[in-house]
This record gives sequence, structure tokens and C-alpha cells, in this order.
Amino acid sequence: MDFTFNEDQLAFREAISRFLAAELPPEVLRKNWETEDGCSRELHRKMVEQGLTGLSVPEAQGGLEMDDTAWVLLTPLLGYYAIADSVVDTAYTATGLLSALPEGDHRREELLTGIAGGDVGVAVAHQVNPLVVDMDLADVVLVEFEGEIHALNQEAVSYECNTSIDSSRRLGRISVQPAPESRLLENGRDIWAETLNRGAVGVAGQALGLAQRMLDMSVEYASQRQQFGKPVGSFQAVKHHLADVAEKIEFAKPVLYRAAHALANNERGSDLYSSHAKLACCEAAWLAARHGIQVYGAMGYTWEADLQIFMKRAWALDSYWGDRAFHKSRVAEAVLADDALIGPQHTFEE
Amino acid sequence: MQLTYTAEQNNFRAEVRAWLKKNTPKKPLVSYDTREGFEQHREWECKLYDARLSMVIWPEHLGGRGCDLIEWLIFEEEYYAAGAPMRVNQNGQLLLGPTLMEFGTEEQKRRFLPRIASSEDMWAQGWSEPNAGSDMAAIRSRAVRDGDDFVINGQKTWSTRAIFADWIFGLFRSDPESKRHHGLSYLLVPLDTPGVTIRPIKALNGKEAFAEVFFDDVRVPAAENLVGEEGKGWQVAMATAGFERGLLLRSPARFQQTAKRLIELYKANPEVAERDPGLRDAVIEGWMGAQAYAQAAYHTVGLVNKGAKIGAEASINKVVWSELDLKLHETAMRILGARGELRGSAREAVDGGSWLEGFLFAQAGPIYAGTNEIQRNIVAERMLGLPRA
Repeated sequence: MDFTFNEDQLAFREAISRFLAAELPPEVLRKNWETEDGCSRELHRKMVEQGLTGLSVPEAQGGLEMDDTAWVLLTPLLGYYAIADSVVDTAYTATGLLSALPEGDHRREELLTGIAGGDVGVAVAHQVNPLVVDMDLADVVLVEFEGEIHALNQEAVSYECNTSIDSSRRLGRISVQPAPESRLLENGRDIWAETLNRGAVGVAGQALGLAQRMLDMSVEYASQRQQFGKPVGSFQAVKHHLADVAEKIEFAKPVLYRAAHALANNERGSDLYSSHAKLACCEAAWLAARHGIQVYGAMGYTWEADLQIFMKRAWALDSYWGDRAFHKSRVAEAVLADDALIGPQHTFEE
Repeated sequence: MQLTYTAEQNNFRAEVRAWLKKNTPKKPLVSYDTREGFEQHREWECKLYDARLSMVIWPEHLGGRGCDLIEWLIFEEEYYAAGAPMRVNQNGQLLLGPTLMEFGTEEQKRRFLPRIASSEDMWAQGWSEPNAGSDMAAIRSRAVRDGDDFVINGQKTWSTRAIFADWIFGLFRSDPESKRHHGLSYLLVPLDTPGVTIRPIKALNGKEAFAEVFFDDVRVPAAENLVGEEGKGWQVAMATAGFERGLLLRSPARFQQTAKRLIELYKANPEVAERDPGLRDAVIEGWMGAQAYAQAAYHTVGLVNKGAKIGAEASINKVVWSELDLKLHETAMRILGARGELRGSAREAVDGGSWLEGFLFAQAGPIYAGTNEIQRNIVAERMLGLPRA
């Protein structure tokens, strides 16, 4: 029983953290966020060089074949630097789906190789998300159709673009007509169920990172901003707002780690743990936004303060890969079931 | 990350489960806030001690088993799942015990620790004074050095179950010129020493759950009864306060069991659930809170096993468990509705009034062991680095 990460995992996180800190100072981050497609092609190329896109691609397709417990250390970093959704959707969620397909399928191998090399972007259309994110950046879209898994080239899919309050997200209402040629797998229900959980855990990790970023920014602001001749962060009311955010973050972390472990090991409780993680991390992110803007005061309500980038991502991601109603219902279903394994003897044991 | 138990850990769990199944009293003990209940709970502690289960993390020569913290979590999970009695000597076992291990002389360890493990000695704590609550450094009770003795004068308050206890540990001002957290000494005082007067205070539940303790020229030998250095009591006490706030005092199992009982209560009352649809949310939030606390405990233990020290995180823990306990019991009271107010002695009380008793005790959680306001200040200043007031 060891609910911690090993030194290699932590060192990898540290390296990616240093890379993102160097590449994405706030002014660059803001510039990217305000561009038309919400991200920078040059940054994407550098992320490919760091091995990020090939992280969970099988070794046979040129990846590092790492599992969800490696990703769960990285998604908070991607959230911390407000990296656009297409990265996690392609390199984590879609890669997980494609890797789970039977080996030997040439389309599977072609796509995975493309993802590892940074040449292929994948959008995922799952019914839990009414709109598909970043269709315009994708080369291929994976579509759920009556339990089947289809892969369509982006040009073959017509979509109408909706804009989001989070400028890095463009949301497509797609209409597709899957055909036998686009089908990757006929019975893909189990893989889709796992993909939904992976999508939720990916968002949860980013939400946790967003919460940490907003907390760090709020602490810095409250330490500098003076009123009544003192930093506002010396006042107890302000301290308590930020202590509450720290509490939510610290207690969401292990829940997130638990969900990643369950996914990596195909545990029976995966639905429950990923829903719990999504709820806990997004709650931390929303509280960090609410208390963040309060601590910033009027500055927090401006376009000028960078806090808005993180708040808006936190608000938007709350409903991505399952809204609260969806995840709460799943938790309720699991813990209120007559054969639910709840209570102190079932923290880990199945 | 490796989330399975070893064969030894599973065997330990099975042993504890079997022992508790056989030995847990069928009928709940009388409340330990009464003389009769206090003695019943002391007997239960003796029974645990005889099975070397009272302090499993203590070394074998002190009556423990030298268990690591994972095994301690396992023990707690089984203990609360079995519905075994409340632990009556936590002051001694979780607060003073670890302090003596760190700061006590060899003689003090030999003399006190085994009797704490066995609960032959029951301990009360003497921190708070009428004018030193959250501001503990405002302590005024004095201990003046007179030859080989300290002579103590002053008053302590909120000493849990002090009218039934044998000893008290506490902080006293030993340097009359000193201010705040300097010049304090950590002393052990037998409660039957001449000059000690204990006046019980009735708690919210109507029972004499705590007391004021008056010291009137109370004489204790310095060599035997001073813990740590004279005048360095603050540092000694802070170590103890950390243990109290931290993991050990309120293990997650306690709240996981409450959350489980709450789910059962909710399912047994579908007509209330229908009238108040918000209850479902409160019930699952309760489960998620308890589960998150349990996972956080395993995470923390993993880090401690790799050499990390628990710092301001202990303060977050205290805020979390105390507010979780409140939420769980508030939800239970909402489900019970008009039956919620019934005392345990009432004929129509649900579950022997245990939800009401828990609800009352939960009110104290955000206050004792350092109020949650103080804990949030600690988190903000020491963990986040916000400027001091």
C-alpha cells in the first residue's frame, strides 16, 4: 500500500513544469488565448518535442506507453498554464481509446503514430458532450454511433461553430453520417465507457491545476495590494477565503489520484471514482474562481487581469465530459445501491 | 502507486476483525461523560490493552505492536466498522504519550507510558484558562520553583472529563517575568494532590463532560514531573497540539462509518427523501467528504513513510474533519425531522438517540483543539505565506 508517486514520475512532472513555466509567461499565455484558434502552433511543436503527445501512445507506435497515473501528474500542469483542450483530448483521451482497440488495425496504428509525432490532432465526439471541442484544430474526429467507434476525417464532418466564454474553446455542433468504411470497432461500448471516465479525469486534473493557479495568483495579489495601510492578505476575512481554497485543493488531489489508479487498473469502481474526482476538482476550481475574484476586488472583474483566463476555463470545464448532474447521479447510483461497498472497510479493498 | 494490502496487513485486519467481533460489547456502554460510563470505558481499554490492541502503533515493550501507520489505519477501519466503544483515554494516548516519547526522560517514559497504554492512569489536559483560549500564549497560571519542587497557583478550564481522571498535563508560567510563549513549563500533576480543586462544567448534553481545575499552592517535584526543559513548555506543547490536530485524533474511519450509517438512515426514510429532494445531494456529499478524507489520510501516510513531516496540513485536516462531522450530523437531523430532538432516554428515540448525541458533540468540533478560525489563519500564513496581521 503506497498512495504516492515514485521519483521518476515526480521528476518527469518537474521537467514539464519547468518547460511550461519557461514557455508560457503570463503575457505569452494571454496572447495565445486571444488568438483565433486559442493556441500557438509553435508551442504545440515544442510540446511534441517534450514527448507530451506520445506519453501514452504504445511503444510500438513510437510513444512512451505511460498510464493514467503518469497523466494525473501532468493534467494539473496543463490546467495551470491554461493549455487548450485539444492537447489533453488528443494525447490522453483519444489516445486511450485508440490504444484500447485491437492491435493490428492499420488505422489504429496510423493514428497513434501520428499522435506521437504531433502530426495528428483528434477530437472526440461522445454523447455526454452535446458539442464537440476544437473540431477546427482536429484532423480526425472519433465518433460514437450506437455503441460503435468511428473515425472520420475532419473534412468529412460538417459542423457549426459556437463560441465560448473561454476563448480557447470553439464548440462544434456536428452532423455525421457514419458509414461502414469509417467504423473502427462494432462493439465499442466498454471502450466508450472507459473513454468517458478518462475524459472526466483529464478535465478533473486540469481543473485542479486551474484552482492552484488562481490560488497562487490570489495569494500574490493579496500580498501586494494595500488598503488601510496594510496588504489586504493580512486581513483574516481574506486569509480564510484563500485557506478554504487550499483545503479544497488538498482534499481533491488524492481523490483524483485514486480515480487515475482505478482507470489504469480497470477497477470495478472506476465510474464512481472518476465522477468523484471530477466533482471534487471542479468544485475546487469554482471556489478558487469565486474567492479569487473576491480577493482581486474590482480588478478581478476586468478583462485586463489575467485571472479571467483561468476563471473562464474553470467555469467552462465544469460541464465538459459530464456536467455535475451527470456525475452526481453516478455517485448516487453507486453509493446508494444495495450492494454498495461503502464504509471504513472499503477505502481501497474492492 | 500501489494500492493493495500485503498478506501481513490482511492477516492483521482479519485478526482485529475477529477479536472485535468476539469482544465488542453487545449493548452500548453508558456515556463516558458519566462516572459509571467512564469506568466501563476504562475496563474496555484494559481489555484492548490485554489483547495488545489499545495502542497498536506503540512499541511492543510498551504494550503495543510496533505497527506502522498503514496498519494503524487498518485497525481504525475495523474498530469503527465494528461499532466498538469510544476511546476514553485519548488525552493520554494520543496527546501526552507521543509528547513523552519525544521529550520525556527515560524514567518518565518507564513510569507513565505503560500505564497510559493500559489506561490505569487516565489523563486530563490543562491548556485553556478563562483568558487563554484561542490565545493560548496568554496563560497566567504560575508554577514557581521552590527547591526541588514547583508550586502551582492558578486555574485551568475546559479539561475534558477531569473530574474522573487521575492526572492532568498542562502549561504553566514558570518565569514570572516572561511574556507570551516564553517562560512556560510543561508539567504533570496528580489530580489528588492537596490544593487541587475540580469543579465540573455541564456540557451541551447535560453531562459533566469537562471541568475547571483550580491550583492552590499545589506542589509537584520538578525532576519527576517536568517534561522537557524548564521554560520551554511551549515547544513541547506545540508538538502535542500538532498530534491532536493531525491524523491520529480523528481517523477517517470514524467519519466513513458515520457516512455509511447516514446512507442507511436515508434509505430507511424514503418519504422524507421525497419531501426534501436536496437530501440526496447532502447524503452523497457526506460520503464523498468522508471518502476524500480517507484517501487523503492514506496519501499523507505514504508521504510520512517516505520521510515527510506533517506541518500546516494538520490544520487543514482539523478543519475538514470537524466540518464534515457537522455536515453529516446536520443531514441526519434533517432526515429525522421531528424525531431528531428526542433524547436517548425517550421511548420513541431513533437509534437510541445516537444521532442527537453526535450532533451535539459535532458542535464542539470546530471549537476544540484550536478553533477553525485559528486553523485557517495557520493555513493562510504558514502554508500560503500570506502576511501576518
